[in-house]
Amino acid sequence: MKPLLLSHFTATSCIGRGLDQTMDALRQGRGGLAPCAFETVDLDTCVGEVAGVDDVQLPPHLAEFNCRNNRLAQLAFTQDNFAGAVHAASAKYGSQRIGVFIGTSTSGILETELAYRRRNPVTGALPDDFHYRTQHNTFSVADFTRHYFKLTGPAAVVSSACSSSAKVFSSARRMMAAGLIDAALVGGVDTLCLTTLYGFNSLGLTSTTACRPYDAARDGISIGEAGAFALLEHAPEALPDNAILLLGVGESSDAYHMSSPHPEGLGARMAMQAALGMAGLTARDIDYINLHGTSTPSNDAAEGKAVAALFGAATPCSSTKGATGHTLGAAGGLEAVICALALQHEFMPAGLNTRQLDPAIPLDYLLANRTQSVARVMSNSFGFGGTNCSLIFGRANRICP
Amino acid sequence: MNTPILSAYINGIGLLGPGLNGWPDSVAILAGQQPYQIFPAVLPSPALLPSAERRRSGAIVKLTLATGVEAVAAAGLNPASLPCVYTSSSGDGQNCHEICQTLASADRHISPTRFHNSVHNAAAGYWSIATGAMTPISVLCAYDASFGAGLLEAVTQVRVDETATLLIACDTPYPEPLHHARPLPDNFGIAMVLAPGASAHSLARISVSLSGDAAHTLEDAALEQLRLGVPAARSLPLLRALAQRQSGRIVLDYFEQLRIAVEISPC
Repeated sequence: MKPLLLSHFTATSCIGRGLDQTMDALRQGRGGLAPCAFETVDLDTCVGEVAGVDDVQLPPHLAEFNCRNNRLAQLAFTQDNFAGAVHAASAKYGSQRIGVFIGTSTSGILETELAYRRRNPVTGALPDDFHYRTQHNTFSVADFTRHYFKLTGPAAVVSSACSSSAKVFSSARRMMAAGLIDAALVGGVDTLCLTTLYGFNSLGLTSTTACRPYDAARDGISIGEAGAFALLEHAPEALPDNAILLLGVGESSDAYHMSSPHPEGLGARMAMQAALGMAGLTARDIDYINLHGTSTPSNDAAEGKAVAALFGAATPCSSTKGATGHTLGAAGGLEAVICALALQHEFMPAGLNTRQLDPAIPLDYLLANRTQSVARVMSNSFGFGGTNCSLIFGRANRICP
Repeated sequence: MNTPILSAYINGIGLLGPGLNGWPDSVAILAGQQPYQIFPAVLPSPALLPSAERRRSGAIVKLTLATGVEAVAAAGLNPASLPCVYTSSSGDGQNCHEICQTLASADRHISPTRFHNSVHNAAAGYWSIATGAMTPISVLCAYDASFGAGLLEAVTQVRVDETATLLIACDTPYPEPLHHARPLPDNFGIAMVLAPGASAHSLARISVSLSGDAAHTLEDAALEQLRLGVPAARSLPLLRALAQRQSGRIVLDYFEQLRIAVEISPC
């Protein structure tokens, strides 16, 4: 593929609002997971809750979009002057020439969960202040984003569980290559809700402690929430040294099981291989892998096998979910931004909380931050339904000297 | 409107909705040669799934597999060979209702199966499990614009990645109380195999572009009601033109200020 420029990007998660706080937390090895005190949830688990989401006020004319997911979306795109960059792009290209592709798995379902508690005791009806289209529907966050920025071009939510906001890069890439749009606002937003907390708990997949990806004693995920966005544009001839480029996207399906990965990581391996193929690279060209690394026994074992089969044991890698928690549909976007930070700051983040690496997984898993030149990185995102996506990003002056 | 034109061949169709039971039986109805009679969509049991999954499969899974299988068979292809674009405005409404009801009760324990079926890509996941397709699946939602979003995603795959692809658009109704908030009248699914080149199975060549023109409507009041009532049924003007085997240009609904024009040349 022709590389695409991430001209602006931003991320907000439990480790920080915007890039500076996020980078500072990664450098300091500061995680954001804490025992769950969300809403009325009575589960013994840790979560990565973003502080202050409920203080966010949507613009009055978009009040019907008010839900935790859209509040976090707005909180995220008002950091790092990302909103200013979107407005500038809209002025430059035209509002109809900018696509909106956002990943989310649960959208504003929390509002529906709360509305079900307030059903009319006689008729069973939902309360009048429940707005299906703007709060519940899976498209809500892209709909909100279009209205917030007055964008009128093609748009969709990509909702393939935990690969959602990695796969948005694929939709944007095709739409830009086809010439339907000149730029794309991509990213992911997912927020805490009872469905995922009680759901992952019912599957026995939540840890009671802060999650420990790739640890021999890992015992499940910690659910987090995040909003992360990037503006994709065609790369101009002259680029700043530290410009971040999307070099390849690879996708596959496990065709194996709804909630367990293929035990040999076959689908994961196919996605990584496809990303390398699209980028015209080999495994040796990748300096760091941001693993999916959810911290469930089965995910890390399967992903570890796939990475080892393709890369051997020498490529530095880590999962940043020990810091941020698993932000589900936002994970691909959040970890794409973390990869961009790694490239810009020539830095590889350690995996937090992991004490004793699983001896059955032969990888160079980083337990301490590493500072060294980084030219190209890969980010993995896999999800329920056996959906896999790998992204490759590069730093301009390291890949085209 | 300055927009590129993206061409693809339609090499197979699967259709299931109220009064529309498979593409061959629906052609005469959509072409206006037989009256449209509304009877509830009949969803076959998904024979491709293992028995445990088959028993537990909801309407959205049945609809997805039935329409996908019909389209791929009509195109004479192996489903495992095709990437897929899956679009739905709603996902599994019954399952969503059950989860919300449980979470609002004193016992919040939801079953693992309910939970993994709650993801928007559940039916797409079952499609890949049933067919063995390890190919990529894009899973989309764009509320009432969901069919248009899927069509654009599919034709950009065909043109940019030069691959045949399977587009599946499915919607199923919610039970009350969500039905009142989102009154989808019945199940409706449409699947199409889109390809860069013609085959012995090609129905038509389509050329897709963005447009500001108004979306075409249907003369038959009941079919028009279906088009407006179910996002996946926004495809009906295209299906009618294909059934009539007429060259021409139709406009499909997408967003408020943006529609999708389709030039159709029957093969």
